[in-house]
Amino acid sequence: MVSGDKKRTAHKAVVIRVLEGDGRASRAERRAAFENAGLGEPLRTLIDKVARQPTRVSDEDIAAVLASGESEDQLFELVVCAAIGAATRQYEAALDALEEAMIDKKKE
Amino acid sequence: MRLKILNNGYKFGTKVLFAFIHLVSRRPVPDAARLVFYRPDFYGAPMGALTHLAMRGPSAWSVGDRELMAAVVSKMNACAFCIGAHTATAAMAYQDEAKVQAVLSNLETAPIEEPLRATLRLLGKLTRELAVNADDMRAVHSAGVSREQIEDALAVCFAFNTTDRLADAFGFFVPGQKGFEAGAKFLLKRGYQ
Repeated sequence: MVSGDKKRTAHKAVVIRVLEGDGRASRAERRAAFENAGLGEPLRTLIDKVARQPTRVSDEDIAAVLASGESEDQLFELVVCAAIGAATRQYEAALDALEEAMIDKKKE
Repeated sequence: MRLKILNNGYKFGTKVLFAFIHLVSRRPVPDAARLVFYRPDFYGAPMGALTHLAMRGPSAWSVGDRELMAAVVSKMNACAFCIGAHTATAAMAYQDEAKVQAVLSNLETAPIEEPLRATLRLLGKLTRELAVNADDMRAVHSAGVSREQIEDALAVCFAFNTTDRLADAFGFFVPGQKGFEAGAKFLLKRGYQ
C-alpha cells in the first residue's frame, strides 16, 4: 500500500469511529454535527462556529449547550465530529481536485 | 479548558501518567495531550494514528517541512496554540528559526524551494477558501511536486484543520515560548501517538 492510500485509510478509520462507533451522543446527532446540518439551537450555533469560525467559540456557546441538557461527554463528541466533518469536506474536495488533475494529465 | 471532563475526567492511570509527566518535565501536560488522552478510543487513538502517519510516516517531505505545513495551516486558521506549537517544532526540526518566521511572514519571498512554496500556497488556499480546484493541483504538480507529495501534504492539512478547530473550541491554554519549545522536543522525539 502506498503512503497516500494508508493515509486515506487512516482518515476513513477516524470518520467511521466517531460516526458509527459507540458514543454518548446518538449516531444521528453525531452525523448532524459532522455535516453541520439539521441541528436545533443552541447546538447549531456552537457546531457552526466549530466548523466555520472556531476562534469565535465562546464560553457562553458551551454553557448554552450544557444548559439545554447535553452532557459534557455528548458535547465533547459533537464538537469532535464537527471539527472532523469540516476538515473532511476540505480534504475530500482537495483529493477530488487532485484526481481530476491527474486524469487530465494522463489524457495529454 | 472549557469542559470539566478535559481538565479532570481522566482514569486513575492517566492521572498518574500526567503527574509523572509534570514531575519529569516540570511543566503541566499540554492541553493537546490532555485532549487525546480523554476517552482515547473515541478520538485520541484513531486521530493519533493518522496524525503520526501524516507527520512522521514515510514521505518525501521532511519532518521540518511537515511541521511547517502544520504551522502555515494553523496560521491561516488563526489558532494561537497550534501556531506556537508547530512554529517551534518546525524551527527545531530545521534548526532554522529564521526560515520558519520568513515563511509565516511572507510565503512568496521566503527562502524556500519552489515545490514547498507551491504546496504551502495550496494548503493556505484550501484552509482559507475550504476548496481548491484541478487548476490549483496542476500548478503545484507543475512546480515539481509529485502526486504522492500532494496527498501527503493534504493529510497534514486535514490533521491540523481538525486539531486547530478543537484547540479553539475547547479553549487550549496557550503556553509561553519555553512551553512550546519543551513540546517541540517531545514531538520530535516521540511524535503524535
